[in-house]
Amino acid sequence: MRWSPALLLLLALAACAGSSPDSREVTVFAAASLREPFTALAETFEAQHPGVRVTFNFAGSQALAQQLNAGAAADVFASADARQMDWAVEGGSVADGSAAVIAHNRLVVILPPENPAGIQRLADLARPGVRVVVGAEDVPAGAYARQWLDQAAQDPAHGEAFRDQVLANVVSLEESVAAIRTKVLLGEADAGVVYASDTAGQDLLTIEIPAGQNVQASYYIAPVLAGPQPDLARAFIDFVLSAEGQRILAESGLIPAGETGE
Amino acid sequence: MAENLHQTGRWQRPSRLPSRWRESGPVWWAVFSMPVLLFLAIPVLLLFFEVRPADLWMQLGSEQTRQAVVISMKTSLISLAIILLLGTPLAYLTGRFQFRGRAVLETLIDLPTVLPPSVAGLALLLAFGRRGLLGAPLNDLGLQIAFTQAAVVGAQVFVAGSLYIRSAAIGFALIDPEILEASQLDGASTLQQLRHVVLPLSRYALLSGAVMSWSRALGEFGATILFAGNLPGRTQTMPLAIYLGFESSLESAVALSILLVLLSSLALLGVRWLSRGRMD
Repeated sequence: MRWSPALLLLLALAACAGSSPDSREVTVFAAASLREPFTALAETFEAQHPGVRVTFNFAGSQALAQQLNAGAAADVFASADARQMDWAVEGGSVADGSAAVIAHNRLVVILPPENPAGIQRLADLARPGVRVVVGAEDVPAGAYARQWLDQAAQDPAHGEAFRDQVLANVVSLEESVAAIRTKVLLGEADAGVVYASDTAGQDLLTIEIPAGQNVQASYYIAPVLAGPQPDLARAFIDFVLSAEGQRILAESGLIPAGETGE
Repeated sequence: MAENLHQTGRWQRPSRLPSRWRESGPVWWAVFSMPVLLFLAIPVLLLFFEVRPADLWMQLGSEQTRQAVVISMKTSLISLAIILLLGTPLAYLTGRFQFRGRAVLETLIDLPTVLPPSVAGLALLLAFGRRGLLGAPLNDLGLQIAFTQAAVVGAQVFVAGSLYIRSAAIGFALIDPEILEASQLDGASTLQQLRHVVLPLSRYALLSGAVMSWSRALGEFGATILFAGNLPGRTQTMPLAIYLGFESSLESAVALSILLVLLSSLALLGVRWLSRGRMD
């Protein structure tokens, strides 16, 4: 039989469109800030499940929820906040009540190592001319940063104008914590607001945000409805929640789910 | 141009093919053209059914959407002016003169059209960023480029400029040298020659190149988000607003997409209309 070009084309398209059924692959859509811990988790998971491959799509949680609601094929969704997980539930991508908290995080302010704006404390962020980058409002890290600013403005040490002064210094609303960190690492921005876990192993200066003002970011994980590998999805989620999984998350600077009260 | 050749009879189909092939009309070609045509047309047309016309108008009236439209128009027109002003000499150089290294020069000009825009954005950021070779001295002078509209324009000029330069170079190359010699003999200065001979004779190539560059600048995304960042009211152009709108409000993203489809289609139709004037 001769292979007609059209048939070859169809075969090539089919090969692009999806993996063959016997390749055991679990696809995880995870918040950009989970890149380091989840990559480490996957190594151990793959070692424990021979023949299984974990494929990641790391991006801002809001982008992932939108992709899932538009029908992207995935097995697991890990969101950096409850709002984007709720949106995936509303969109019919995730079953209501199936999400579990896997870890917590807190915000820190990061500065380039040479600290071009000479920032010594949080109050300096309100100084005119300081170039600040935060997440866009729909990006969980951006929503948390605004919550922190709201709380900081209540503190007489900063004063009510603090929030507006810092927001006036914002030069870019980024689509993920990874993009914020890159712009600070390159020295283009004087300061950025990211998660504490994003600073592990990076050449950055950090300023801690006092616990009283800081927000508790919570990561949620859930199996995706109609995911191609429901058994593997369950196994991966169970592994993330296991003692070993939680230990790996803690190594990356995340706060394990059990340690802070809900 | 093809029509002209056809009318003079110099353009004919080869006649040595078997007769059943020679006689096959456009019907079969049309049938086999359908997959690509439908693939191109359906997604674009479906955009128009995503929102009701009344909602479309409302979305376009919202503050953030309006700002994005204004910034896109402003920056793309400034970019176009810069491309015309600085690109025309380069187009004339590569279009009308033979010299060593011309191939290298033309490759350099063409590079941005095939380079991923994210590469362009990264390169611009590393060159003109605060620590960049060019950005550091500018920063010392108090000029910051990253995160400003200057960076938006820079990204657009970098990515879109080559379309105009290439089109203009071809237009300049097609001018008959004898006409230029004649005008020189008549005592025309270089500027007079440019104004009364070169530009009128190549106006179609210049205009269509300008329109193509402008539409490409209007659609610039990857280089902009890396080099200029994303701030509504300052650096958020329509493509950036679509990308972030896609995540928060699908309606406004669709409204902006429809606007861009209409603007780009009008630009392409304009090029066709210009070319029709030239064909007859």
